[in-house]
Amino acid sequence: MKDQLEKIKQEALKQIEASDALERLNDIKVAYLGKKGELTSVLKSMKDVTPEDRPKIGQMVNEAREVIEGKLDAAMTALMKKAREEQLKKEVIDVTLPAKRNRVGHTHPNTIALEEVERIFVGMGYEVIEGPEVEYDHYNFEKLNIPKNHPARDEQDTFYISDSIVLRSQTSPVQVRAMEEGKLPIRMLAPGRVFRSDEVDATHSPSFHQVEGLVIDKNITFADLKGTLAEFARELFGPETKVKFRPHHFPFTEPSAEMDVTCFKCGGKGCRFCKGSGWIEILGCGMVHPNVLAMSGIDSNEYSGFAFGVGLERIALLKYEIDDMRLLYENDIRFLKQF
Amino acid sequence: MNTPLSWVKAYVPDLEVTPQDYTDAMTLTGTKVEGYECLDKNLEKIVVGHILSIERHPDADKLIVCQVNVGSETVQIVTGASNVKTGDMVPVVLDGGKVAGGHDGGPLPEDGIKIKKGKLRGIESCGMMCSIEELGFTNEMYPDAPESGIYILPQDSVPGTDAVELLGLHDSVFEYEVTSNRVDCYSVIGIAREAAATFNKTFVPPVVTATGNSEDVHNYLKVTVEDSRLCSRYCARMVKNIKIAPSPVWMQRRLAACGIRPINNIVDITNYVMEEFGQPMHAFDYEQLAGHEIVVRCAEDGETFQTLDGQERKLDSTVLMIRDGEKAVGIAGIMGGENSKITDDVQTMVFESACFDGTNIRLSSKKVGLRTDASGKFEKGLDPNNAKAAIDRACQLIEELGAGEVVGGMIDIYPEKREEKRVAFEPERMNRLLGTDITAETMLGYYKRLELEYDEKTGEIIVPTFRQDLECMADLAEETARFYGYDKIPVSLPTGESTTGKLSYKLRVEELAREVAEFCGFSQGMTYSFESPKVFDRLLLPQDSPLRVTVNILNPLGEDFSVMRTIPLHGMLNSLSTNYNRRNKNVRLYELANIYLPKSLPLTELPDERMQFTLGFYGDGDFFDMKGVVEEFFEKTGMNLKPHYDPKAGKTFLHPGRQADIIYDGVNVGYLGEVHPEVADNYKIGDRAYVAVIDMPSMIPFTSFDRKYTGIAKYPAVTRDISMVVPKNILVGQIEEVIEQRGGKILESYELFDIYEGAQILSGFKSVAYSITFRAADHTLEEQEVSGVMKKILNGLQALGIELRA
Repeated sequence: MKDQLEKIKQEALKQIEASDALERLNDIKVAYLGKKGELTSVLKSMKDVTPEDRPKIGQMVNEAREVIEGKLDAAMTALMKKAREEQLKKEVIDVTLPAKRNRVGHTHPNTIALEEVERIFVGMGYEVIEGPEVEYDHYNFEKLNIPKNHPARDEQDTFYISDSIVLRSQTSPVQVRAMEEGKLPIRMLAPGRVFRSDEVDATHSPSFHQVEGLVIDKNITFADLKGTLAEFARELFGPETKVKFRPHHFPFTEPSAEMDVTCFKCGGKGCRFCKGSGWIEILGCGMVHPNVLAMSGIDSNEYSGFAFGVGLERIALLKYEIDDMRLLYENDIRFLKQF
Repeated sequence: MNTPLSWVKAYVPDLEVTPQDYTDAMTLTGTKVEGYECLDKNLEKIVVGHILSIERHPDADKLIVCQVNVGSETVQIVTGASNVKTGDMVPVVLDGGKVAGGHDGGPLPEDGIKIKKGKLRGIESCGMMCSIEELGFTNEMYPDAPESGIYILPQDSVPGTDAVELLGLHDSVFEYEVTSNRVDCYSVIGIAREAAATFNKTFVPPVVTATGNSEDVHNYLKVTVEDSRLCSRYCARMVKNIKIAPSPVWMQRRLAACGIRPINNIVDITNYVMEEFGQPMHAFDYEQLAGHEIVVRCAEDGETFQTLDGQERKLDSTVLMIRDGEKAVGIAGIMGGENSKITDDVQTMVFESACFDGTNIRLSSKKVGLRTDASGKFEKGLDPNNAKAAIDRACQLIEELGAGEVVGGMIDIYPEKREEKRVAFEPERMNRLLGTDITAETMLGYYKRLELEYDEKTGEIIVPTFRQDLECMADLAEETARFYGYDKIPVSLPTGESTTGKLSYKLRVEELAREVAEFCGFSQGMTYSFESPKVFDRLLLPQDSPLRVTVNILNPLGEDFSVMRTIPLHGMLNSLSTNYNRRNKNVRLYELANIYLPKSLPLTELPDERMQFTLGFYGDGDFFDMKGVVEEFFEKTGMNLKPHYDPKAGKTFLHPGRQADIIYDGVNVGYLGEVHPEVADNYKIGDRAYVAVIDMPSMIPFTSFDRKYTGIAKYPAVTRDISMVVPKNILVGQIEEVIEQRGGKILESYELFDIYEGAQILSGFKSVAYSITFRAADHTLEEQEVSGVMKKILNGLQALGIELRA
């Protein structure tokens, strides 16, 4: 019996060794370990064995079963692994074939520039608001300290709808509307379309965009204006950016300034981009004129503030190195796709 | 404003500065330098040469050979110029030197022209004698140069010395951007005052001395100002025994550098004083003034007048005129008349130095269509106290130049003298505004340089009348800041109550619109807000369409930009057309911009500005792709109801069978459709194009950023498929309406999975199949529940003439 068992075992192991397919292994499993398998039939013939020998033989059968089972499992695992490997090998693809894309659209460069500006100022606690594009003369000029027939009106060629209504030539009227609402302090940003009667060319458009900023609070200083806009310039053009404030004149701010930033192309050394100066003019700003505060019912003894205005197209053209403003309004998809 | 630095230095004698340092410093104190040009940029090794002898060139008839003493040596120079003679002093560029241009006066090369020793027809020439063109200028601006040929220097010049110096060309011309509030800086004196203050040097303005003979001008001339509101001051002086001649070279040089062509002594003096004092002057021929009188009065309506440029000008009763006893002789502040202009034969003349109302001059100049240097200055509002100084300066120059005999006295009509203003000096308030800690003494020091005196008794700053821009504390704060240095003001961030940074609700919804559009493949375009009224025809809008009622621009850039748009489609179709005609494939664009609907005409209140979310595409996709974008957008903005589509949208510009109004919760929030083929033709789009327009103000009330979790279903769903034969005129929308109305609480969803027309289906019918899903939130559905609801649905469908397919 013992010999017979050993023989069965050896025969099974040999067959397992020789197998190269899962089905074959399954057959072997059935042939040796199945209900009608050889080991099972050995167990069935136990009745012929003396009761004393039965435990011993039983143990031997179990041992043989374990060995065969172990071998079978190992062989099966190995075969499965081999099969998986072969499958993977067959399934190699050319990963350089073109991607299948859901072609997403692109944001207009003006909007990208605006979102950058908004992100910076919203982070500083500014609320983004809007005002009408067709505006009363009153808001566009008079309440900004530009009375009728003021020479400054000639500097901005304004489109008129009637004697008292214009296409706003600046986003500054939104300042006045915000101040008139009377909720203080104010930290606001007003982006939007503005209009001036300039003929279309590479650097002019009769319709363009500005972003106006206004802060009104107690103890707001020119130093705050400088700090805020310097921070803005660094955020927008990079941490190395330096700023320069030059005195300028706007009727609705006093003192007024224009801000230059170091040329982001040459870093301030001077190049063709900045016409050799190392600086690029970026925005106009100043402390809100006491007359403007007074006209909107704010006491300039108690409150002060600063305002600034940025041309969005100017930023977009500079930042993205677009050489012709007309591209922004043609909407050629080959242009838009680059943003 | 262009001014040579040498003229500024004449009034700031201690100023020693390079052009670049001058540029930087002046710009930082507020007198912005736009740029400068060095007149001697390309003039190198040019000295005075003394022509010792001239011989004919042996091999060329048109050339001569000169021996020229250039100081250290005598050199031989061959020239083709015919105007030189032995003994002349001439500018000579030596071997290795540089001149600015060629003798033909063409455009100047950027780096000038190098001059080298060489042979001309076999004879050696060691340098070149220069014409004014070779020095980079023209005979027109430098009339002391001959019309052609070599520039001849004065006889007392010293051979070998710097000829460029002698010609006054070691100079640079600065261009300034003067802001409109600083009318005083439209003059050399104003700029020089700023320069002196900037560099903290002494300002030495020209000393104007008393002039005139013992006669009295009042015996010659009578002046009446009828409207002193428009003419706050009128000064007149006279000059007799005039000797017209060229003005001296120093005066010509200064004028030329400012870009003004020298004419003769009288004209040059008026121009010179205008540049120097910023005060326009005019000269009348006294003999041409009827009645020897001047009357300042407005024109008659419809009056015409010939200005001294020979043009006939139309006037009206708002245009201020200078008249004599009979007729108009000049448009005040703009231009004099042909009838009284100074000619070479003039014997006696009247100088006018007046102060006209800036606004009136500005409006008149527009009306008459004539803008001159003079009107440009007047319209900014001049200081009447400057008028007398300027006329006295002009008379002083007349005497100095020997151009005539100045008659004693001045007629001065100045009813209301402008006085100096006073502004309280509040150093602490200024420091508080600036965020600085500048002492009062330092501030007063800056002001002194600007001729702003301090009245210690009243604590006020006395503002001279030429500084009309200084009116309040903030103005003085700017004076303080610009001389303290904007760059020295510290840097801080606003303190105080904190505020919440955010976008308005409307802007948040627009941001989502952009997100969805871009995710669906649409790129953002931008188009103009104004367009031509002709676009309504291109869009086939009926003549009585309310969209043809527009907000019109009074002064448009042309018809193409003359009305504010009432519909956003023109911009979209135009952009699609641009792309189509540039052969771009599959183009999808969107725009977020306003339309402008007048509330009443003529406009008395602001129009209704309505934000439109416009989408358009051609190429891959159809009506239902566009519909999908709309629904993605609604879902993303929390609009969870099912929108309805009304095919009777009535849009003339859309395909009559492929358009729909978009109805959300009973409200029309926009439309979509295929562009009408005729409209596509009008825009030259050779492909089917689709558009959608969402009227954001109608839609926004339905949007919400609130989200509530409703749980994920625990109990199983039951699905029933139905296949129907439907009369062709029934819309699937109607079927869905029935399913929704009759599905009850257990209806979860439904989906169209097949629609078919053709063989096997009776004509006039279509086959439609739906899969309907039911589910209850709190129990497993039982068979009877579902079949009960299905029965209701089927009954409803039957009422529409729909039958189940066998």
